[in-house]
Amino acid sequence: MKVSLILADGTCFEGEAFGYQQPTSGELVFNTSMTGYPELMTDPSSDGQLLVMTYPVIGNYGVQPMEKDEYGLVTNAESDHIHVNALIVSDYSEYYSHWNAKESLEDWMIREKVVGISGIDTRELSKHIRLHGCMAARVVFEDMPKPAEYSYTNLISKVSCTEPITYQPGKEKTVVVLDCGIRASVLRCLLQQDVTVVRVPWNYDFTSMDYDGLFISNGPGNPSYCGETIAIIQKAMADKSEKPVLGIDMGCLLLGLAAGMDTYKLKFGHHTHNQPVQLAGTDRCYITTQNHNYAIREESIVGHWKVYMKNLHDGSVEGIYHTRKPWVGTMFHSESDVIDTDVSFIYDDFISKL
Amino acid sequence: MADINKINKVLLLGSGALKIGEAGEFDYSGSQALKALKEENIETVLINPNIATVQTSEGVADKVYFLPVTPFFVEKVIEKERPDAILLAFGGQTALNCGVSLYQAGVFEKYNVQVLGTQVQAIMDTEDRELFIERLDEIGVETIKSHAVESMEDARAAAKELGYPVIIRSAYALGGLGSGFCDNEEELNKLAEKSFAFSPQILVEKSLKGWKEIEFEIVRDKNDNCIIVCSMENFDPLGIHTGESIVVAPTQTLTAHEVQKLCEIGTRVARHVGIVGECNIQFAFDPQSEEYRVIEVNARLSRSSALASKATGYPLAFVACKLGLGYSLYELKNSITKTTTDFFEPSVDYVVCKIPRWDLSKFHGVDKELGSSMKSVGEVMSIGRSFEEVIQKGIRMINQGMHGFVENKTLTFKNLDQALKEPTDKRMFAISQALESGYSIDKIYELTKIDKWFLNRLKKITDISAELHAVNGIENLSKDLLKKAKRAGFSDFQISRAIGIEQKVGSEQGILEIRNLRKELGVLPYVKQIDTLGGEYAAQANYLYMTYNGCAHDIPFMNDKKSIIVLGSGAYRIGSSVEFDWCGVQALNTVRKEGYRNIMINCNPETVSTDYDVCDRLFFDELSFERVMDVIELENPYGVIVSTGGQIPNNLAMRLDGMNVPILGTSAKCIDNAEDREKFSAMLDRIGVDQPEWSELTSMDDIKEFIDRVGFPVLVRPSYVLSGAAMNVCSNQDELERFLQLAADVSKQHPVVVSRFIEHAKEVEMDAVAKDGEIIAYAISEHIEFAGVHSGDATIQFPPQKLYVETVKRIKRISRQIAKELHISGPFNIQYLAKENDIKVIECNLRASRSFPFVSKVLKINLIEIATKVMLGIPVEVPEKSLFDVDYVGIKASQFSFNRLQKADPVLGVDMASTGEVGCLGDDSRYAILESMLSVGHRIPAKNILLSTGSAKQKADMLDAAKLLGEKGYTLYATGGTSKYLTENGVQNTRVYWPSEEGQHPQALEMLHNKEIDMVVNIPKDLTQHELSNGYKIRRAAVDLNIPLITNARLADAFINAFCTLDVNDIPIKSWDEFK
Repeated sequence: MKVSLILADGTCFEGEAFGYQQPTSGELVFNTSMTGYPELMTDPSSDGQLLVMTYPVIGNYGVQPMEKDEYGLVTNAESDHIHVNALIVSDYSEYYSHWNAKESLEDWMIREKVVGISGIDTRELSKHIRLHGCMAARVVFEDMPKPAEYSYTNLISKVSCTEPITYQPGKEKTVVVLDCGIRASVLRCLLQQDVTVVRVPWNYDFTSMDYDGLFISNGPGNPSYCGETIAIIQKAMADKSEKPVLGIDMGCLLLGLAAGMDTYKLKFGHHTHNQPVQLAGTDRCYITTQNHNYAIREESIVGHWKVYMKNLHDGSVEGIYHTRKPWVGTMFHSESDVIDTDVSFIYDDFISKL
Repeated sequence: MADINKINKVLLLGSGALKIGEAGEFDYSGSQALKALKEENIETVLINPNIATVQTSEGVADKVYFLPVTPFFVEKVIEKERPDAILLAFGGQTALNCGVSLYQAGVFEKYNVQVLGTQVQAIMDTEDRELFIERLDEIGVETIKSHAVESMEDARAAAKELGYPVIIRSAYALGGLGSGFCDNEEELNKLAEKSFAFSPQILVEKSLKGWKEIEFEIVRDKNDNCIIVCSMENFDPLGIHTGESIVVAPTQTLTAHEVQKLCEIGTRVARHVGIVGECNIQFAFDPQSEEYRVIEVNARLSRSSALASKATGYPLAFVACKLGLGYSLYELKNSITKTTTDFFEPSVDYVVCKIPRWDLSKFHGVDKELGSSMKSVGEVMSIGRSFEEVIQKGIRMINQGMHGFVENKTLTFKNLDQALKEPTDKRMFAISQALESGYSIDKIYELTKIDKWFLNRLKKITDISAELHAVNGIENLSKDLLKKAKRAGFSDFQISRAIGIEQKVGSEQGILEIRNLRKELGVLPYVKQIDTLGGEYAAQANYLYMTYNGCAHDIPFMNDKKSIIVLGSGAYRIGSSVEFDWCGVQALNTVRKEGYRNIMINCNPETVSTDYDVCDRLFFDELSFERVMDVIELENPYGVIVSTGGQIPNNLAMRLDGMNVPILGTSAKCIDNAEDREKFSAMLDRIGVDQPEWSELTSMDDIKEFIDRVGFPVLVRPSYVLSGAAMNVCSNQDELERFLQLAADVSKQHPVVVSRFIEHAKEVEMDAVAKDGEIIAYAISEHIEFAGVHSGDATIQFPPQKLYVETVKRIKRISRQIAKELHISGPFNIQYLAKENDIKVIECNLRASRSFPFVSKVLKINLIEIATKVMLGIPVEVPEKSLFDVDYVGIKASQFSFNRLQKADPVLGVDMASTGEVGCLGDDSRYAILESMLSVGHRIPAKNILLSTGSAKQKADMLDAAKLLGEKGYTLYATGGTSKYLTENGVQNTRVYWPSEEGQHPQALEMLHNKEIDMVVNIPKDLTQHELSNGYKIRRAAVDLNIPLITNARLADAFINAFCTLDVNDIPIKSWDEFK
């Protein structure tokens, strides 16, 4: 069935629908990862996105079984359901082949009621976004009512857990995870460190709890909606015990805001698996995975706060740290929970300071 | 670690002649490295005898030595040049092995030469299988369980322990030389013996046939920053050498998790081994789990790295060289975006497919089954935005008469199951046939083990084909179906055939009808950039491809008639390789120098012409009429150059002319007058120029009548379209009949060309440039072998040393006549036969020939530059220097790759068999012969030489050489006739026996197997089947056992004379510029 993608600036792309057929709207974001569509689509940081894959052929290996692991976290995905509002590709591969595939991408999307568009010149569309910035768009079907305009809201409240959850209780150290939409793999990285993890909602005041370190997770959207979270972080930072804090992605932005820094919206965000960052003042560089639209303004990093890392492409701030206190933020997360990547050290450093 | 401030002079080792397993990719990587060094103002010295390469052109390296890349000569150059540092990673296995030997001999230490980039110990760790496995064990990385053995007995024991099937590899061997699969002990015995001939150590491994094969290119700098530049997946499962496999990038069937897992292992290995620069890692990956094995690591630039560079736009060789000098990745600028750094992992937003090109039909008796040893001679790379698009484009690019995955002339597979199960160069078409005849995907998978994802995507092509076949007539072809077909890579020709109009109006008209319909309906291809970052950052990329899976162009078109399109030469193949890349690059350079924008269309990832730095726009795309017209219509160029890319662009001339495309230089009509045998022959008759008698014949009776007139032997060229069989010389009726039956039935549709074969005639080549029919520069060169050896296989000397003055005069006169008659403006080549002073024209091509780089570099006059200026209509000064002013000699010798081509008869004939060439300079021809023969793998024999020297005339020709060998103290062994002849003429020798002379001793074969022979001269009396089979076993054994072999009397004489009268130590080590 023919379907149109109508951008906020009026530009229109036409393609063929696949997956669940229903009009929708969202924020148009392109991602240059060549694999990993199940992870990207289930990443809470992708919530509300109309996700454009620049790699043209998508769906090749189907979808692997999403089951609960020993921690009760979902396998082969970043959360237990799809967060993007639509998936936009050039060439959807109906046929899939993988020894561990459970179903096709399309079947999964139908179950999850998510629409897909194929036959789009995703390079042209991505160039348009690059040139004109991220913008909202609507997926319009000929015979169906037009979807509402996408409205930007506090997405974190939507994707955060609603009650505190404790994982592997009774360990020597306890980490509080402020859940702004945490990816399963990130949570697993922490759990593998042999600590008790208490995952709390985005606006939960945990400061009276007995804990050893604070971890502020990744999450979708605009950090400025999270005044409540920022206030809680500030409260934690004011505590004399000076507990270690690690913020990643959204968590880094929130940490920065709590410390008095400014954030701004990047033109088209960082949504790739290959963002190069450099450890400031050193020769060490890392390839990182990112999925966000905002960054910390460098000029606002003052006092005892310093730039920890910088992006080699656009020079934006990729990490911050406090020179006297064990407080660190990075704009990326580890790519995977089971593989020791170059950037796993951010978790190790954090845990070692508990 | 290197300190760039202390490096003023760097020596780079090239890879020598193109051979199977080591081809044009090293011209590309070496050229890139030299460019990187130049940017640093470092003086560069290059050793590479491959004179046809771009890297040995003026202005690339500061000094060039056309000498063998062997420890002996490299040490001599080091002694003379005293470089501060050396680069070993840019000249393939040849340079690497040479570097390891020099390191082990302490030469680098002695002359205080630093090795840049990955250190020799790390190279040895990756090359020696046992060390390699040990090193990877240290970091818990799985390798293929393998037993290194040094005797036949141990090999058998190891295989028994592992259980058959096993694979055998030899250590320190390029491209899987001497390796293969053995299903049982008998096969093991055979193969292991061969492998031991190349290497003292062989490896016996458990075979993992059917696993996926995945490759990564990894870059690491001295600060331990490590990136994965490209992931690649082989279409063919493990078991087929990666050089023989269709390869796609990026991986298609792996999940993100699996890719990450392998990436992590890759970087762990690169770090542990200590790579500084670039390496390639190959994995075997279980299709049913996440189990993996590391197959090998190449601690150097490779074929895969050239492919990865072209596939991603990331200049691996350039970057690797800079890292070797001590830079960090983040300090280098991304050469495409120009704003970001080289520390990044490319993200591609297209699909890439590499397809190998085989020329197996060129070799008598060769084993056509593909396996763990490489046989392909070239490759193409196609770029598109769907798998269907790239696979169909790629199949066309290979240029072997196939139009894509479907709509080909039917290849009939007698046993389809077997054709699927036992891969040959034709397997892709067996899959096509299987799909068309209703085989299920599961069944094809069972037989091929090709991932079902690929097979299903191929099925989409056959499904669309079926839809097209159901369309009756062009008027019923819908826009949607047309678009769908184009998006799946169908060419206009395929569509016209599928809907049945080709059959009605002919192929050329059919193509035009579809083309017009497409334009009418607005179904058009779009131009996209390769920008390394998937569109994430704005790029001024001039690296382009075309696709139907898009809706807009990435670039604007100027329409100012200020651009010139140069057509490239496509896949390297027997008869057309790096020499045409050199020609293309020279044309591009000249076009740019003269103030035009230069545009290249080519599809060969091994080339320098597809380096986006050499042109203003690079269309990495098909050299088909359809695609070339697409580019021309968009670019609207000032003109198109078709004469520097060999036969492919030359063949397009008439059709482009038919579309009113401005072809620069000689007109298409004149090209046709030279290409069309009838027209050309009539013209020669008209101007009174002699040619060997010939006739195009359609029946056996006509052939017989013709031969009655001219007599045997005759040269017979069957219809290529039908049989693909080679041409052959037939000496008698019996042979003629057998050959023609073998080739194909002779008929009206498939005539054969029979021409008189003149024996003992010299072959002379004229390479020249003319302007408006006037020759303005030329080079005459002379073959060492008599006519009968293909000019591409012959050893050529320039300037000619043994031609009569009168012969030269006549050749000049005739060439002038022909140039005038054909109104030549541009490069051309004429081949002559000369006997006494009787001159006959064999062939004339109105384009650059294979020998243009050789003669240009010896003469130090760039004939292509002159030709390009002529084609641009720019005034050209006639060079004052001529070949008579050259006081030294250049010898072009051919490189054969028979060791790769199992069972092929290593004998030379009228069809070309060499895969590459070298060109060396010397103060006289003996020096040049010696250098060039050593460059193509010959060795000066230590003691024992086996002779069987053919016919009476050839025996006589060889007598002086045999005497010389005797005088120099060589021990001669000779087969029956030769032995008798030598004894009669007072040359001491020992008779040995042919394999057919059973029970007699000593047996020639036995002596070869026992390593008692250091050189074999085996000259067939003629090219008849009987004579060929007689010496076949000996020739083949020599090749398989890595014993130098010469099969031509004149060449043997020249070589023997050279090494008997010269001491290799006395060869002056002179660079190109020192020959004045």
